[in-house]
Amino acid sequence: MAEALLETRDLCKSFGGLVVTDAVSLVVAPGEIHAIIGPNGAGKTTLIAELAGELRPDSGSIHFAGADITRLAMARRAALGIARSFQITSIFREFSVLDNVAMAVQAHAGHSFRFWRSARRDARLRDPARQVLAKVGLAERAESRAVALSHGEKRALEIAMVLATRPRLLLLDEPMAGMGPQDAAGMVRLLAELKRQVTMVLVEHDMDAVFALADRITVMVYGRIIASGTPDAIRGDAEVRRAYLGEAAA
Amino acid sequence: MSVARRSLVIGVSLAALAVAPAIALAAGEPFYVTLLTRIMIFAIAALSLDLILGYGGLVSFGHAAYLGIGAYAVGILAFHGITSGPLQFAVAILASAAAAAMIGAVSLRTSGVYFIMITLAFAQMLYFLAESLNIYGGDDGLNITQPSNFGRLVDLGDPATLYYVVLAVLLVLLLLTRQLINSRFGLLVQGVKSNERRMAALGFPTFRYKLAAFILSGTICGLAGALFANLTLFCSPAIMHWTRSGEIMMMVILGGMGSLFGPVLGAALYLLLETLLSGATEHWQAILGPILVLVVLFSRSGFFGMLTGERTTRGRADG
Repeated sequence: MAEALLETRDLCKSFGGLVVTDAVSLVVAPGEIHAIIGPNGAGKTTLIAELAGELRPDSGSIHFAGADITRLAMARRAALGIARSFQITSIFREFSVLDNVAMAVQAHAGHSFRFWRSARRDARLRDPARQVLAKVGLAERAESRAVALSHGEKRALEIAMVLATRPRLLLLDEPMAGMGPQDAAGMVRLLAELKRQVTMVLVEHDMDAVFALADRITVMVYGRIIASGTPDAIRGDAEVRRAYLGEAAA
Repeated sequence: MSVARRSLVIGVSLAALAVAPAIALAAGEPFYVTLLTRIMIFAIAALSLDLILGYGGLVSFGHAAYLGIGAYAVGILAFHGITSGPLQFAVAILASAAAAAMIGAVSLRTSGVYFIMITLAFAQMLYFLAESLNIYGGDDGLNITQPSNFGRLVDLGDPATLYYVVLAVLLVLLLLTRQLINSRFGLLVQGVKSNERRMAALGFPTFRYKLAAFILSGTICGLAGALFANLTLFCSPAIMHWTRSGEIMMMVILGGMGSLFGPVLGAALYLLLETLLSGATEHWQAILGPILVLVVLFSRSGFFGMLTGERTTRGRADG
């Protein structure tokens, strides 16, 4: 296997007596979609937060492209190319759709101590933002206020913002949460198109989506990894079936 | 549509300000020149607060501190016989910038209620510091014997000259801040207000930008303080009292947060009502209070929003 883009070693985190990340060692290869599944409360979102730099693990280490990033703050990790989307839609509600994406472009276009030129007329921000909007199918809504978008459109905007930062690693926390079948199918199509362009860690409850997209699947229960492998291997894993898939299928 | 109304409101207001001294002097009412100068100085202070309050969501409850620093810079230098205007104003601006840098560096590590309380606490500290400076009059304040000296061409001792200088400063600041809020820096500050967590996730080191905005705001307010000292030729701790910080905030909210010109109207409305009502009854605050409540209740975008019929959405509180 090629060298890992992201690797965690014995990552541990507890809140009081509750162990939410229990000796998690995860390897994400470049270019793959690595899905993390597990029942509610398995610690998936906590793990994403630790990878993104929002939560500091109690012990263990996180390595990105060969460098130890365990102690780096969220903004520094974002600068290295780790981008996350939130489980609950997190956008700039009162900005226009285009403003939202342009802000993401601006985040990676040098410092922002620029006080004079209008950023709303700056082609270096607006053009890339429009391209990304076209990619996620929101070109028509560029001038709408973000708060006026439908739920599915907001999730697509969220992906657009993440893409606009030109990430090397995408941390997707339930991108299909709360979506109807139609929107969910659209999101699966979008993520499938992005595959190979960018490495993804995908936390998702929608099993059809996970098995359609993922190259590798890691199953977590109570903060521990109980299995990790190809979709076929996971489908056939007895422990996984008992702990998780069985319940979902029932 | 509302853009046209907006331009109309701003244009009429500024035109009125441009001709007001001539009318007031012709009518033999020089008092109004002084009142309008006072309004415009507070408009500058309110504008400075709007930058971080309306656009950045930073509720600074200690903005009177910078007003005081600017005024005392002029007063203390004049006390020691240094009357050079450029020097006095340079000191006022640098001192308020330095104070804002220190206060901001500490306060901005907190947010919400804590931020409000810490900025208030710093302003109170400066208030009591001014009170304890007996050499500069302490509680009684400090008389300034002559205004800032800008040579023979610009005599700030002449009410009409001071009026137009303040108007010019206000106009320049309105233009600069309008440019600023649409710049990369301005949009970033608004992004922080809208969703700071998202900004950090996108990779913005938000603290340094918030601090820069805070310093900029305090500096502009300090400039207003230096102008205020020239208007009153007096400075006392009262200028830094916490109720003064509240008044500045009231002007911003009353006029319309996040609209730049709203605070100018807010300052005018507040001070005109104060003058009018305090002339009629000593219980004027009992009338002013309900009026303020009504304006805020019926127009969340303030008086400016009422006039233009637009909702200054940037000023909307957001969770």
